[in-house]
Amino acid sequence: MYHGHNIREGRWFTVVVILNHITEVQLLDRYTAKKPAIGTLYLTATHLIFVETSCNTRKETWIIHHHIATVEKLPLTGTGYPLNISCKNFHVVHFVIPSERYCQDVYHSLLRLSQPAKLEDLFAFLYNPKQDEDDRRNGWGFIDSAMDFKRMGLPNEFWELTDLNKNYELCSTYHSELGIPKTARKDTVLGSAKFRSRGRLPTLSYYHKESNGAICRCSQPLSGISARCLEDEEMLQAISRANPNSTFMYVVDTRPKLNAMANRAAGKGYENADNYSNIRFQFVGIENIHVMRNSLQKLLEVCAMKSPTMSDYLTGLENSGWLRHIKAVMDAGVFLAKAVADEKASVLVHCSDGWDRTAQVCSLASILLDNFYRTIKGLMVLIEKEWISMGHKFTQRCGHVDGDPKEVSPVFTQFLECVWNLMEQYPCGFEYNEKYLLEIHNHVYSCQFGNFIGNCQREREEMLKEKTFSVWPFLWENRQQYINPLYKCSLGREVLRPSTLPLNFKFWCGMYNHFDKGMQPKQSILDHLLTIIQKRVEGEKKMTDFQRVSRYRFV
Amino acid sequence: MEFSEHIKTANVEDVVLRRPFYQPTKGTLCVTGHHLIFSNRGGDSARPFLLLLRNIDAIEKRPSVSSGTITLKCKDLCVLQLDIPGMEECLNIASSIESLSSLETVSEMYPFFYRPPFLSLQDQWGLSSTEQHYAQMKEIHDGWRVSQVNRDYSVSPSYPPAVIVPHSIDDETLVKAARFRQGGRFPVLCYYHRETGTVIMRSSQPLSGANRKRCREDELLLQAVIDGSELGYIIDTRSSQQAQQARMTGGGFESKSCYRGWKRLHRQLEKGKVLQESLIKLVEACGDQSHSVDRWLSKLENSKWLSHVQTALSTAGLVAECVERDGHSVLVHGSEGTDTSLLVSSLAQLILDPDSRTLAGFLGLLEREWVQAGHPFQQRCAHSAYSHVRLRHEAPVFVLLLDCVWQLARQFPLAMGFSEPLLLRLAKEVYASDYGTFLCNSDQERCVTGVKERTHCLFQSLLRANERQHYSNPLYERTELAIWPSIQPPSLQLWKGLFLQWTDDALHLVEAQKVIQNLVSQCHRPLNEKVENTDG
Repeated sequence: MYHGHNIREGRWFTVVVILNHITEVQLLDRYTAKKPAIGTLYLTATHLIFVETSCNTRKETWIIHHHIATVEKLPLTGTGYPLNISCKNFHVVHFVIPSERYCQDVYHSLLRLSQPAKLEDLFAFLYNPKQDEDDRRNGWGFIDSAMDFKRMGLPNEFWELTDLNKNYELCSTYHSELGIPKTARKDTVLGSAKFRSRGRLPTLSYYHKESNGAICRCSQPLSGISARCLEDEEMLQAISRANPNSTFMYVVDTRPKLNAMANRAAGKGYENADNYSNIRFQFVGIENIHVMRNSLQKLLEVCAMKSPTMSDYLTGLENSGWLRHIKAVMDAGVFLAKAVADEKASVLVHCSDGWDRTAQVCSLASILLDNFYRTIKGLMVLIEKEWISMGHKFTQRCGHVDGDPKEVSPVFTQFLECVWNLMEQYPCGFEYNEKYLLEIHNHVYSCQFGNFIGNCQREREEMLKEKTFSVWPFLWENRQQYINPLYKCSLGREVLRPSTLPLNFKFWCGMYNHFDKGMQPKQSILDHLLTIIQKRVEGEKKMTDFQRVSRYRFV
Repeated sequence: MEFSEHIKTANVEDVVLRRPFYQPTKGTLCVTGHHLIFSNRGGDSARPFLLLLRNIDAIEKRPSVSSGTITLKCKDLCVLQLDIPGMEECLNIASSIESLSSLETVSEMYPFFYRPPFLSLQDQWGLSSTEQHYAQMKEIHDGWRVSQVNRDYSVSPSYPPAVIVPHSIDDETLVKAARFRQGGRFPVLCYYHRETGTVIMRSSQPLSGANRKRCREDELLLQAVIDGSELGYIIDTRSSQQAQQARMTGGGFESKSCYRGWKRLHRQLEKGKVLQESLIKLVEACGDQSHSVDRWLSKLENSKWLSHVQTALSTAGLVAECVERDGHSVLVHGSEGTDTSLLVSSLAQLILDPDSRTLAGFLGLLEREWVQAGHPFQQRCAHSAYSHVRLRHEAPVFVLLLDCVWQLARQFPLAMGFSEPLLLRLAKEVYASDYGTFLCNSDQERCVTGVKERTHCLFQSLLRANERQHYSNPLYERTELAIWPSIQPPSLQLWKGLFLQWTDDALHLVEAQKVIQNLVSQCHRPLNEKVENTDG
C-alpha cells in the first residue's frame, strides 16, 4: 500500500512504502507531564515514523525496526491505548493510539518486523544507497584488519601471519589470517587449537613495537581437573620467547575465579601454572554476559524513573552494578597495557570462549597503548580486527533475529562506554568525539549495514559481503561530524594511563538519555567549535580564491 | 606586631616538601606572620612556594626521634606534606602554624598587609554601590527608591547603608517593618525583571512568634510590591514544619490572612551544620582511594551534596519561573535571610538576567547579593572540609553557590561570560585571600575594621585586563534568554574541577581549556590583513 503523504525525504529512500498509518496519535514526553505531541504514525517496511502535526515544522521521529527491543501494550487510559517502545539505542517512546484495533495492529507488526526469523530479512539486504556494485565491493575493502598487522611491523623476526586457518578449518570462528609466533611449529599450532575451547587457539591481537610485548588472545584450555597438552604448553612458550625483553608472560583469565573453577568440572578451566613454564597467572574478575544483561536492565530501570530524587538515582545506579562492571573491564584493560608498556611483558588473555570479555579487554588495551586506535580510522580497524573478525557473536549478542534471549548481552556497548570514559578523562586524546561512538552503536543494532550481522567472519564471507554494504566508508564520508576539535596528535604514541578510581566512572547520559534532549547540556561546546572551525575554513578558502583572482587582475 | 611571639622556629633547612603535581623537593622552610615560605636553593630557579597560613585547615604532625612529618590540609582542598629534620623543629613549626593560622583578629590578617604594585588604596573599594546600581536601572525609578534608612546600621546591622524599596514606602514604615523581621532584614529589592515588570525581593523571617503577632508596616511594604498585580509568591527556604516550629522561638512566616495576594511556597534548603557536614563527607569520599564503585556511589549519595545542588537549582528555577513565566513578584526568605535566601536569589538572577552572566556582571552580583547583603563570610568560612575543630557557624553556602553556577555553566557552556577558573579562584579566595573582600560578616564590620580603606578589593583585581582575559569564557555568546537548567539527577555532576583539582584528572581538563582558548582565538583572528591592503 502506497500513500501519497508528504513525508520529507528522509534517510536514503525517496519513496517510502507505507504499510499503515494512524492519525491523531499522541507522543508523550518520557519524564515530564508537558503537553503531548500529536501527529501521524506511519509504519513502513523498515521504519516506524512519527510526523508531528501539532507543530509547524512537522517534526519527524524515525525508528528503525531493528532498533526496537521491546514493544508493550498498556491498559486503556483516558486518551487512548498506550504503546511503549524501548529501543536498543535507548530511545524510549510512549505513544497513545486512539483506537484499540490500530494499537493491536501496530503492536503485532512491530513484533514481527523488529526481530525477523532469518538474517536474510534484515534491513541490510534491502538497503541500497544507489551506489554501483564496484563501489559496494570496494567498500568492503576499506578496512582490512590484516593490514593492521603490517602497520605493527609484521612479519618481523618474532611474529608472522599464517594461513593455517584459510578455510576456517583450524577454528571456524576466527579470521582466516592469524598472527602467531615465528617459532611455533605447525603441529604446535594444531595441537594447541585442539586443546582450546572451540579451537580458539592463542593468536596475536596486538604487537607493541616499542617493548616487543604482545597481547595474544584465545579461549579457555580444556584442562579440566588435570588434563595437559604439550603443544599448548609449547605454544605459550613460543609466545613468551617471541618477546626477548621479558623472562615471563602473563596469562590473564578475565573471569571471576569461581566461574573459571566451575568450568573445570566441565572439562574446561584455566591454565595450571605448574605445567606452563614462566607464566604469571591472573584472574581479573569480569562478570559473564548474563550478569551484564541483568545489570543493564537495572540501569535502564533507573533511567525510567520519573523525577527521582538524587538519592534514589545514586542508590539505583549503585544497585545496578553497571559502573562496577565498566570499571572491571577498564581495570583489566589497564592491567594489560601496563604489563606490555611498563613491564615489557607479553600477555595472553582469555575468558571462556574468548569472544566477549577477551574482545573488550584486548581492544581497550590496544587503545591505551596505541594512538592509532584513538583516530577515526583506527577505531574502525580495531573493531574490525578484535570484534568482527575474531568472532564476537553480534547476531546473538544484539538479538538481531528471533533467538535465545539469554544470548543477548551489551558486551560491545560496554566497550564503547569504556572508550567514552577514557575520552572524558583525556579530552584532547582522541581524534573522534562522542557522536562517533553513538553512531557506531546505532549501526551495530540498526542492521542497515552488513558489518555487524553474523556471528563470525565465515558467516559473513558466505553471504554478507556479496549482498550488503559496509558501514565504514559511510562513516568515513561523514567523518567531519565525528572530529574532536580538541584532539592533539602531539600526544603521539604516548601510552594512556587513566585513573581507574571509582569516581572517574560516570553515568553515560549521552548514551542512555541521548533521546531525552532536556537532560543534555543545552548548548554544545563540540558543535560550537566545529561550526566556528568550519566558518574559518570557508573564510580562508574564500580569501585564497579572492587573492588568486586579484593577482590575475593586477599582474 | 606580636606575630613573632607565635613563631618558635622561623627557619629550617633541608625540609622536603611534597605537594600535588611536583616531585618532592628539598629546601628551606620559613615561617612568617602570614605565610609559609619554601625555597629550594640551586635546584630549579622557580619562585619560592608561598602558602597563606590562613589557608591551612588542619595540621597533622607525626614526630619521630630525629625528624618529623607535618601534613597540611588546606581549605582549598590541597594536601601538602613537610618532612622536617629534627623533632624539636618539627614540633615548633607545627605549633607556630597552629597558632598563626587560627588568629581571629581581622585587622591582623594578611589583606591588611598585602600591597601589590598594580593596585592603589586610593581606588574605590568595590565595584558599585546601591546608589550606582539604582542609577543604572532607569526603568525602576518610578516605582522604587533608594532608602538611606540604614545609613548608621541601626535599622539592620547586617544590611548595607542603602537599599532599594518601593517608592510609596517611607523610611518610618521601613523602621517599623524592620523591627518585625529577624536582624532587621526587611524586604528589599534584589532584581527587577524588565520583560514582566516583576521583582525578586529578599528578607529574613517575620517575627510573628507563637501568638501570631502582626505588623501593619511590614504588610504595607509587601502590599506595595505587588501593587496593582494580584499575586506574589513567598518562597520560604524552610519546610512548612520548620517554619511552624520557628514561631516557638519568636520567628515565623507570613500568614495568608494578613498578607493578601501573597502565596507561600516552602522549599527546604539545608544550611549550617548539615551543609558543612555534607561538604566534609563529600571531600572525604573524593579522597577515598579504595577501588569499589559501590562504596564510592554510596558515599557520594550519603554526602547529599548533589542533593543540595539539586534543591538549590530547582528552588532558584521555581523563583525564576514565577517571575518570567507567570509574571509574579517573589519574596525569598528563610530564617536569618543571610544564607539560603541569597543562594536562591542570586541563582534565580543568573537564570533570568543576561547582565549577571558577564564577568563583571557576575562579580557585581556577588558583591550585591553576598558581600553587601551581609552573608557572614568570616563565620561561614572559618574552616573548610578538613578541620577537626568543633564546628560553630561554618557552612559552605558560598561554595554551594559556586557549584550550582558551575552546573549552570556546564549545561549552558556558551551563556556565561566567565569561565571555570574564576569559580575555582573564588572558591579559594573565600577561605583565604590576599584581598579584603571576604573579610568580616557585614558591611558594618567592614567599615569598623577599616577593610575598605586598608585592604584591596578582589573583584576589582579580577577585572584588570590580564586577569579578565584569564577568567573570560572564550566560547561566550550572549543570550538574552533565560537559561533553564535541567535538575534531573543525571544532568547534575560532581564538580571535578573543584573537588578533584589536585589530581591528574584536573590537569587534563586544564589542558582542554587551553586548547579551546587557542582554537577560538585562531578562528577569530582576522583572516588576512594583506587583502585589505590590496583593497586600499
